[in-house]
Amino acid sequence: MSTPAAGTATAPAGAFRVCPTTGLKVYRDAEALIKANAVVATVALLIGGVAAILVLLTRWQTVHLLSDVQFYRWLTIHGMNMLIFFIMFFEMAVLYFASAVLLNCRVAGAKLGWLAFGLMVGGAGLVEWTMFTGRADVLFTSYVPLRAHPAFYLGVILFAVGAIIVTTIFFATLVLAKREQTYTGSVPLVTFGAITAAIIAAITLAHGAAIYIPTFLWSIDVMNVDPQVYRLVWWGLGHSSQQINVAAMVSVWYLLGALTVGAVVVNEKISRTAFVLYILFISMASAHHLLVDPGFGPAWKVVNTSYFMYMAVLASMLHGFTVPAGIELGMRLRGFTQGIFGWLRRAPWGDPGFSALCLSLVVFGFVGGITGVTFGTEQINIIAHNTLRIPGHFHATVVSGTALAFMGITYYVIPLIFQKKVAFYGMAKLQPYVFSFGMLVFSLTMTFAGTFGVPRRHYDISFVGAPFGVEYSPAANLMIAIMAIGGLIGAVGGGMYILTTVWSVFFGKPLGDDCTSAALAGSVPPGVYSRPFTELPTEDVELEEHGRLGMMPGTMILVFIFLLAFVVYYFANWTLLSRLWQIG
Amino acid sequence: MYTTGVTSPQGVWWKPAHKQERVWFTIAFIWCMVLFAMMPLWHMRGGQNPSGIRARVEPSDYIARVQQFVRDYGTGESEAGIPVVAPPPGSDVYLLAAQYQWTPILRLEQGAEYTLHLSSLDVNHGFNLYPFNVNFQVVPGYDYGLRVTPTEAGDYRIVCNEFCGVGHHIMVGRIIVEPSSDDVALAEPQGGDR
Repeated sequence: MSTPAAGTATAPAGAFRVCPTTGLKVYRDAEALIKANAVVATVALLIGGVAAILVLLTRWQTVHLLSDVQFYRWLTIHGMNMLIFFIMFFEMAVLYFASAVLLNCRVAGAKLGWLAFGLMVGGAGLVEWTMFTGRADVLFTSYVPLRAHPAFYLGVILFAVGAIIVTTIFFATLVLAKREQTYTGSVPLVTFGAITAAIIAAITLAHGAAIYIPTFLWSIDVMNVDPQVYRLVWWGLGHSSQQINVAAMVSVWYLLGALTVGAVVVNEKISRTAFVLYILFISMASAHHLLVDPGFGPAWKVVNTSYFMYMAVLASMLHGFTVPAGIELGMRLRGFTQGIFGWLRRAPWGDPGFSALCLSLVVFGFVGGITGVTFGTEQINIIAHNTLRIPGHFHATVVSGTALAFMGITYYVIPLIFQKKVAFYGMAKLQPYVFSFGMLVFSLTMTFAGTFGVPRRHYDISFVGAPFGVEYSPAANLMIAIMAIGGLIGAVGGGMYILTTVWSVFFGKPLGDDCTSAALAGSVPPGVYSRPFTELPTEDVELEEHGRLGMMPGTMILVFIFLLAFVVYYFANWTLLSRLWQIG
Repeated sequence: MYTTGVTSPQGVWWKPAHKQERVWFTIAFIWCMVLFAMMPLWHMRGGQNPSGIRARVEPSDYIARVQQFVRDYGTGESEAGIPVVAPPPGSDVYLLAAQYQWTPILRLEQGAEYTLHLSSLDVNHGFNLYPFNVNFQVVPGYDYGLRVTPTEAGDYRIVCNEFCGVGHHIMVGRIIVEPSSDDVALAEPQGGDR
């Protein structure tokens, strides 16, 4: 933890408390903003989750719950609440945490923080109103010239302005912390990662303004918006916002690694350079949404998706190494040196923070990462675009990856920030497994159904009322039925999370001042009282070298299994592609 | 002294990476270069590329082309109220997407090359060829002319896979590919951008 420098902060007494567990100064204003944003995030997750179940039970053809109008409406609600409101509110909380809390500093302009919060809640409320009243049945992407009520676009703009203000406050807080010398040395890696997330957020929100302001004006008939230009600029928002999630998620991986097992940073240079690669190459990477669009030529498509996107892919592959390597090295330095995987066997699998970290890392990498990079290949996109393969991919990244990592950190935020014990702790220990298993089944079967060409965002793949019949392979229908069951298990996992967090925050037992393991065991994750992150290993410890696998043999084996899976999946897709009609 | 993700590193942190990190970095970088090389390579040697002829077009002009196309090569038949058109091999084929119909129905010949033009009258639509999984975005105001060679005969469907409004899920078109009368060798893959 950053050591607070004595006597330099100028805040009045009572403006902060000293965390009994970590020794950090936690400022009341930062704490309140984190709480408010986290609570609204959970409300959005609940709305999005209900919508998820309704949409899922409709796509499951055997149940086919909603009417067509209701289906597209709830799909819009699902997308906006999950991908924008839940995740952005949570990320605002992460920004306050990574700046004010980790750097022992007060929030620069807390009042402005509340104004931003008000704008975001107001904007989100306006969007919810248009969606629920049927004034914005345009889905998450709202492709022009599909038309929504002007209040929909206005709500998004207000929300984005609020988020821009929070990002600015984040940077101002960093400057304040530096000026008031609330920490020594460089900012911690987690803060560094959050800085990259905030920079990407600034780029993203600039795209958001560049597209939603003209679209708002278009909706009140003031100007015209070209549908292809809309898709280009909108994806500068739509994809880059997912890159905020990735940067925030990877930061949370490092954070969870430190909190749960005292994971070390194997090399600050590598990890930080990888974060910088995200900033440099991510806006161009959004071009992979336009690979089979008429507005752009092959050279543009290849340059933007290969040169630029693959440098961001490289960054993720580096983090995919350094996060487990940091866990392995940290545990080995603490005496878990047995064999190649002894550290993994003896890891705290009952700590929901740790299990969430590992499951998030594995599913994000193996399912989300591999499918995403493969589908983002110019030609392979021909057999992926707008099929169920796409939501199959991004549910593995955003839900099994980002959302699960955020859930994992929540189990630490409840005691460390909210000062509460985790309610139903036994259930909380199981939650990451239930959620991850359900979502893994969901993503895999959805992706597989997509390989049969089953479209995404489609009300009825039995095509009742269509002029010509279409009948998918029985395998595709089977996949969709399993997908529905997986999704429902995932929803149960999501429900367990919401129950735990809401109960802990509003009705939970206070943590109290006794932070010993005797007082807290069984009611908070073990990292809270064992505090591995406060005992830094020294570099004098000699670790056994496992031949070519070196000091981190387990990680080396894991990443090579990953690479093998990647290569096989990638070339299998080229093979599938080569069997199609000739197209050029 | 090691650092964790929540510790401030003191002093200079720009230090040489571990050997294993260097090994993984090198391999990951090479793999990214393979990913990069595959795309231009497939343009040269592969048979499926989303290149096409791309141009802006006013929806009214595009409708006029579709109507002319139906007049030129229409068979006089129609199904579900949609005209059936049998263009000769090598010709330009115009397909119109509009809420919630694909016009016209196409009758093509196996192994022959056509330039398949796609555009929309109103909002975005998605061209999905069933049962082959071929997907293209159809954007109003843009003409996407793809040179296609149907390699297998059959009765195909066009499923709209971009949300286009409440009737999206009934928007299904049809392409019939008749077996080639000529030598099947014509259908051999040519490869590359043509």
